[in-house]
Amino acid sequence: MSRIGWIRLAVLLALVALLEILVRIGSIPYKTMLPPSEMLTALVRLLAAGTATRDIVQTLTCVGAALVSSVVAGFGLGVAIHRFPRVRRALEPFFATYYAVPFFIFYPVLIAIFDLSLLPIILMGFAFAVIAMCIATINGLDRVPRVLGKVARMHRMREFETAVRMKLPAAAPHLFTGLKLCVAYSFIGVIASEFILAPSGLGHAIAYAYNDFDNRTMYALMLFVMIVVVTLNMLLHGWEQRLLKRWHGR
Amino acid sequence: MTSAAKRGFDILLVLAALVAGWQALYHVAGETALTSPAQTVAYVGELFTTKSAMFGRHAWETGRAFLMALGLSYLIGLAIGVALGAHRLSGAVGEPILVALYSLPKVTLYPVILLVFGLGLSAKVAFGAIHGVVPVAIFAMNAIRHIKPAYLKTAKTMRLAPHQVVATVIVPAALPEIVTGLRVGFSLTLLGVIIGEMFASKQGLGFMVINAINLADVETMMAVALILFVAAAIANGILLWIDHRLHKRV
Repeated sequence: MSRIGWIRLAVLLALVALLEILVRIGSIPYKTMLPPSEMLTALVRLLAAGTATRDIVQTLTCVGAALVSSVVAGFGLGVAIHRFPRVRRALEPFFATYYAVPFFIFYPVLIAIFDLSLLPIILMGFAFAVIAMCIATINGLDRVPRVLGKVARMHRMREFETAVRMKLPAAAPHLFTGLKLCVAYSFIGVIASEFILAPSGLGHAIAYAYNDFDNRTMYALMLFVMIVVVTLNMLLHGWEQRLLKRWHGR
Repeated sequence: MTSAAKRGFDILLVLAALVAGWQALYHVAGETALTSPAQTVAYVGELFTTKSAMFGRHAWETGRAFLMALGLSYLIGLAIGVALGAHRLSGAVGEPILVALYSLPKVTLYPVILLVFGLGLSAKVAFGAIHGVVPVAIFAMNAIRHIKPAYLKTAKTMRLAPHQVVATVIVPAALPEIVTGLRVGFSLTLLGVIIGEMFASKQGLGFMVINAINLADVETMMAVALILFVAAAIANGILLWIDHRLHKRV
């Protein structure tokens, strides 16, 4: 690890230690915050007991469904829109507004249409993520140097080969940005929906534990969500670096 | 037709398609799920006239919480961003932490905010602010970090005093990017405040929507959602316009 990496780790550990100390000596009341060490033991106990397994599986399934569908649909949509400049110019103001409106206000409408099932939750995650992927795809295709098209023609590549061997690597950095945003947005969409109104799932379990004054379960589940999201992001980042190195030789 | 008129026409077409889709959804899903565009607009009119006292109270509550949250996100976000942008090492250490914070589903943390601030206005404000702080900080940090070194060297050659460097070099060079951050922060702060109201509040527009769904009051739910949607879109349009103008100037 680099020097900066070590400093970062030290800063984070110091912050956790500070929190631990503040709660232990009572500067932060115990009923507000658990010491981080107890959050961790609570999480281990919770996972071992298996009481949260159903909620965890449900939430991760919903996030997975929202993620895969939004990446596929967003990529397809982006490629299609990029082909038709007129459509693209007409859609641009809508893209610019998309993430500016508080989307969750429409979650109740989805519940009214599809009832209180998993579908509205997945749809919220999908809707929240899909446009990010679409915009990233369009940006990526914009950045493909035109000379690559000429090189492909010189080598008499077929369209499919041109797309996979020329355009995809050239657009990759933007596609990865889209993918990372999709991961974040699917999680936010799914968990926020579960939070607001849902019969089960991690968001619901956290809200339920809060209403029940069950801080131990609440903090354990929060820690779980944080760990999953951060780990996923780090894995994606590593994969991105490796692929970019292979494609661009950097 | 000129190209601008053509584009305007195309945008209107997309808008018309959206309204038509809404109308079609109304016919498929039925009256218990959502209201038609015409009914919704009529009810919005009612909210602004006969029911304006009730609506005004909730809108004022949301507006007040939003403005406070916005002030906090801008203040704290800019302070963090400027500090990390100006000091190279802190920036390198802090950036991945900020990016990780950005992708965390912050809804999961809402119960902690509620435990710390209690139910009520301050919790909503704090929740809105934690949504807005991170993007404002990230954009401000990058804006300052990416000022061309030549500008600063020129300032040095001209022997400008520190306050002159800030006023005539750093601020004009970094402003466009910072304003982009402020725009993103604006949207996310609004999202945070509304989600906060949807989950635990007895006042505000977010509460109106979630309360309406619990009472199966589709009219109110749709009308308030539409009002919020349009208001956010208009605000974003104005900010986007300022943003573009600033970017063009440099």
